[in-house]
Amino acid sequence: MSTEQYSPLGQLVLARLREFFRQPEVVFWVYGFPLLMVVALGIAFRNKPIEHIGVGVQQGEQGEVANKALSADPKFQLRLCDPNECRLLLRTGKIDLVVIAAAGPHYDYFYDPTRPESALARTRVDDALQRAAGRKDAAAVGDVELTETGARYIDFLVPGLLAMGLMGGGLWGVGFVIVDMRIRKLLKRFIATPMKKHQFLAGIMISRFIFMVPEIALLLLFARLAFGVQVQGSLLTVMVFVFLGAFTFAGIGLLVGSRAKTVETVSGLMNLVMLPMWILSGIFFSSERFPAAVQPFINILPLTPLINALRAVILEGHSLFQLWPQVVILTAWGVVTFALSLKWFRWM
Amino acid sequence: MPVAIRCSNLVKRYEGKTPVDAVRGLDLAVEEGECFGLLGPNGAGKTTTIEIIEGLLAPTSGDVEVLSMKWGHQDTEIRQRIGISLQETKLSEKLSVLETLTLFRSFYRQGLAPSEAMQRVSLEEKAAAWVGKLSGGQKQRLAVACALIGDPDLLFLDEPTTGLDPQARRQLWDIIRNFGKQGRTVMLTTHYMDEAEKLCDRVAIVDHGKVITIGSPRELIASLGGEHIIDFSLLNGNGTPALQPYDLSDLPGVQSVRLDDGQFSLAVAEVHVTLPALLKRLKDKSRDMASLTTRHASLEDVFVSLTGRHLRDGDAPS
Repeated sequence: MSTEQYSPLGQLVLARLREFFRQPEVVFWVYGFPLLMVVALGIAFRNKPIEHIGVGVQQGEQGEVANKALSADPKFQLRLCDPNECRLLLRTGKIDLVVIAAAGPHYDYFYDPTRPESALARTRVDDALQRAAGRKDAAAVGDVELTETGARYIDFLVPGLLAMGLMGGGLWGVGFVIVDMRIRKLLKRFIATPMKKHQFLAGIMISRFIFMVPEIALLLLFARLAFGVQVQGSLLTVMVFVFLGAFTFAGIGLLVGSRAKTVETVSGLMNLVMLPMWILSGIFFSSERFPAAVQPFINILPLTPLINALRAVILEGHSLFQLWPQVVILTAWGVVTFALSLKWFRWM
Repeated sequence: MPVAIRCSNLVKRYEGKTPVDAVRGLDLAVEEGECFGLLGPNGAGKTTTIEIIEGLLAPTSGDVEVLSMKWGHQDTEIRQRIGISLQETKLSEKLSVLETLTLFRSFYRQGLAPSEAMQRVSLEEKAAAWVGKLSGGQKQRLAVACALIGDPDLLFLDEPTTGLDPQARRQLWDIIRNFGKQGRTVMLTTHYMDEAEKLCDRVAIVDHGKVITIGSPRELIASLGGEHIIDFSLLNGNGTPALQPYDLSDLPGVQSVRLDDGQFSLAVAEVHVTLPALLKRLKDKSRDMASLTTRHASLEDVFVSLTGRHLRDGDAPS
């Protein structure tokens, strides 16, 4: 017999932390995977000056002349080709533009105007050929080149990945975990004890917040060290949104996991919830690219205000006060989903 | 004797396309300090009954009283004083035995120290082992330790030894007996008649959601009339008419005769009186025995004589 007291909340949190850190594969997916995403996407989309412009010159007497005129600029990567070959190379994206030269001189450009590289090639090639044909520039110009950190794709991407991690963590770390415990009849076993239900749910939430801190810190630190991504605004404001986001998505996770009794059901529900936000909320590209008609819908999804707020703080240095609409939307989602899941929660 | 559990006219209906009546008017009274068993085939309603008493399921109708308290009024108070082992709980595989017990201990106002609980189920050496590394018997002992950790007055065990090997079963029986020696109450369900006979002071045999008989294993067996059973089967008698149970019911000392799948079972008071008469009767009818055994009557025989089915037949409709 002992009357020694143990804190149930402390024990519940401790149990979750132990379970989490004793599963290396889970730790990798939570902490390692977002870093790999940053590395892969940061390298793939690093902003760099355009190295070369692929130009096909159709064979012929005048073609040789054009070829010679263009070869003065090392940016042009030139191919002499017959008409069929030129079309094929253009169609498959190996070159950006085809020049057909005739006496005169007269030039026909073949290209796809919807491809930015082709449009650029059209301007540069025309410029070079016009000058070779004797055009003189009417005005003197000077180029000043600026490549600012904060305006690169990686800067845009990091807040999106932060928010995506918070969404996935809330749904997996709360929703899936609870369903797994329900399937194992562990929830039923717990309520067969005098355990207080709110302490159990608080334990899940608190452990989720604890897992999240290293996740966010690692991602921000890595982005800074590897790519020089800087937080323009207050770090405290970033943390406020990180916790608000974690709270909101924990609430959504709780709701998703409140009744499901099989892994299939909860996986399906989680995809149903996450997929629209992955696509629409602007993790990888601005959500403003979608038509104006769907913008109100996109803006009310919980991930959108979280991404927008994190970007505003990290990239533009906005204050918490300026971002009150995002705070309101996120809080509303969190409170409503929590209330509903407590109402519908199934322990067995 | 004060009563630890009382159920009256318990009914549980699972609604659905075809509603299932799992429990249909069940009455029970379990006295303090006894080990009480619910014995019956799979699907008889044992688990539904015990889970209603444990406060995990709500009955469709009927009353339950546990330690003189009622569910819905004093839930926390009851939970502090009972210990439960469910039929299938997968405890967290990545937690150690000690960590698991400490977690469960934290839910109770008072109870055993985790080390004391481990000692009761002989798992001290496994204190630091992860639950996922334990054998089936060790896992089941841990589940019982989790039920004991709050030092309960009343212990519920649902099928505590199902799927375990004989040695692991005996270890669990010892743990349950030791708990009972402290004057505490145990309620368990089982479909093993030997478990009920060895462990339980009283047994309720449950079939189709009702108690069909209740009493100590001895009383129930004695109610058969004969405490011994003679089992025998016959060789194929070429052309002779089949032997019928009524051909044997007039033998001296025979209380009942059963024919089941070619096997005759005679419940008799004294084997040495009946057996010579039986052999003589078979000789007169020119029949030869293929096999012959005599044994003590068991709860299985009680069940068969009451339902015409074996416990193992499970939930097959009859």
